[in-house]
Amino acid sequence: MFTRRSDLPLDQDTLSRFLPWLIAFMVFLAALAMAGMLVLDATAERWDKGISGTLTVQIMPAEDPAKDSDRLQKVLLLLGETPEVHRFETLGDAKLMALLEPWLGAAAASGDLPLPRLVDVELKADAKLDVEMLSQRMEARVPGVTIDDHSVWLARLVRLIRTVEGLATMVLAFIGFATVGTVVFTTRTGLAIHRNAIEVLHFIGAQDSYIANQFASRALSLGLKGGVIGLLLAGPTLWGITVMARQMEAGLLPEITLGPVHYSAVAALPLTIAFIAMLTARLTVMKTLSRML
Amino acid sequence: MNNDGNDSIVKFENVGLRYGLGPEVLQDVTFSLAPGSFHFLVGPSGAGTSSLLKLIYMALKPSRGLISLFGRDIATTPRRDLPPIRRRVGVVFQEFRLLNHLSAFDNVALPLRVAGARKADIQKHVVELLSWVGLKDHLDARPPTLSGGQQQRVSIARAVIARPKILLADEPTGNIDDRLGMRLMHLFEELNKLGTTVIIATHNNQMVERMGYPRMHLDEGWLEIVGGNARPRQADTPVEENGDEAGGPDSGNPGGDRTNFEQLI
Repeated sequence: MFTRRSDLPLDQDTLSRFLPWLIAFMVFLAALAMAGMLVLDATAERWDKGISGTLTVQIMPAEDPAKDSDRLQKVLLLLGETPEVHRFETLGDAKLMALLEPWLGAAAASGDLPLPRLVDVELKADAKLDVEMLSQRMEARVPGVTIDDHSVWLARLVRLIRTVEGLATMVLAFIGFATVGTVVFTTRTGLAIHRNAIEVLHFIGAQDSYIANQFASRALSLGLKGGVIGLLLAGPTLWGITVMARQMEAGLLPEITLGPVHYSAVAALPLTIAFIAMLTARLTVMKTLSRML
Repeated sequence: MNNDGNDSIVKFENVGLRYGLGPEVLQDVTFSLAPGSFHFLVGPSGAGTSSLLKLIYMALKPSRGLISLFGRDIATTPRRDLPPIRRRVGVVFQEFRLLNHLSAFDNVALPLRVAGARKADIQKHVVELLSWVGLKDHLDARPPTLSGGQQQRVSIARAVIARPKILLADEPTGNIDDRLGMRLMHLFEELNKLGTTVIIATHNNQMVERMGYPRMHLDEGWLEIVGGNARPRQADTPVEENGDEAGGPDSGNPGGDRTNFEQLI
C-alpha cells in the first residue's frame, strides 16, 4: 500500500496477510452495529418528540347515550380552562371507526356498539402539566373519563430502544477490544520473529520509538486496508437494509433513514480502527522493548 | 561528556558475569582503555572473549561490577540515553548479523538512518564507503547473494560508517583467508589512527604477534593485559578528543587517509 522502505521485513509475515481480513470483518460488524445504533437513536428521538406533549382524553360511554354529548362538552370546557393546553380536537365518528376497524371489522361501522369519545389534546411546548391533577379534576366533574399521556407506552418503547442501543455500543466496544487484542498478538509475534533484526537495530543505536514506528506504520497501513475492505462489504449491506425498510414503510415502522452524518460516522470507522491498530502496535512495541536490554 | 575527569573510554571495575545460576564466565575483570588505543582480545575458546565484547556493546548486563563507557556508568544510564552511546560503538559481529532483506546499501545506511542523518548525506557516505571496501558494484545486492568475504566487508562498513569512537570486532578474520585478513587489519589500523579505540577479539595468534599491539588476555574468566600499558602505540598521534555528535558523519574528511583505505581493500 505504502512504498515506504522498512528496516524490518514485516510485510513478509504471514500474520500481515491475515490481519487486514480480520480488521475488515471487524469494521463490517462495527459498521452494522453503528448504523443500527444511529437509526434507533434517531427513531427514539422522533417518537419521543412526536408523542410526548400530547394527551388523549377518553370518555367512556355512559349508560344513557344521551348524556354523552353533555359530558363531552364538560370535558372540552375544562380543557379550554387549562392554560397548558395548546389545542384540542374531538375525534369524529369516521376517524374513530377507522381506528377501530382493524380490530372490530365491519361491526364497528354498524353503530350498534357503544363507542368512547376521544379528544386529542396537544400541549403547549415546554408546558409542564400535572396529568394526575388534571385527571382528578376531570374525574370529579365527569366520572368515567380517563386521560392517557402515552407515558407508559412511550417509556417502555424508549427503554427497549435504549437497551438495544446499549447492546450495540457494547458490540462496538468488544470489536475495539478484539482489534486491540489481535494487534497486540500480531505485534508480539512480529517482535519475536524479527528479534534478531531488532537486536541489530538496537546495537546500531536505534531508539525504541524508531523500531516502534516501523510496526506502527505497518499496522496503520494494514488497518486502513482492512478497514476499506470492511466498509466496501458493509456499504451494500446497509443500502440493502435501507431499501428493504423503505418498502415496508407503509407499516408501523417509522421512517428509517441514514443521513449524511450517519454515513460519515460509519465511514470514519476504518480510520478509527486503523488508528487504534497503529497506537496499539506502537504501545506494544514500546512496552516489550522496555523489557529488553 | 566524553571522558572528563578520567582518561578512559572503556572502563571495567570488578566486573563479573554469569549466565543464570551457572559459574562466573568473567571474574573480577578490571581494566581501563585510553581513547585511541588498539587492543587484541585473546584467549582460548570459551574463555569469555565474546561475552566481554557483548558487555561493552551492551548486549549483556554484568552480574556485578561497574562498566563505564565515555565516562558514563552504563547501569545508571536511563534507557533512552543508551542509543546515542551505542551509536558511538561500532561492532563487527562474528556472524556479521546483516539484515538479509535489505540491500548492502541499506544495511550500511542503517546506522545513519537510525541517527536521523540527512538523505543526501546517507547516499553520499554509504556509496563512498562501499566503494572503498570494493563493493561498488554490489550496492543493491542482498547479503545472501554475497560471498562470505563480501558480507564481512559490508558488516565492517556498517560498523564504521557512523565514525564510531569505539570499534569492536569479534573474530573478524575468522571466515576469510590470511591475505584478506591482513588487509582488514590494516583498515582497522587506519581507523585507529583517526582516533577510534579498537578492540579485536581473535584466535589468530600469528596476526597478533605480527601487529604487536597490546593483548587483553582472558583465561578462565580472568583478564590480564599483556604487552605494554594500555596506551596506543601511536600515542603521539593526536586523538580526536572532542565528542562530535553521535552518529552523524562529521564533515572533516581526511582525504589522505581515505586514499589509504582504497589501497588497503
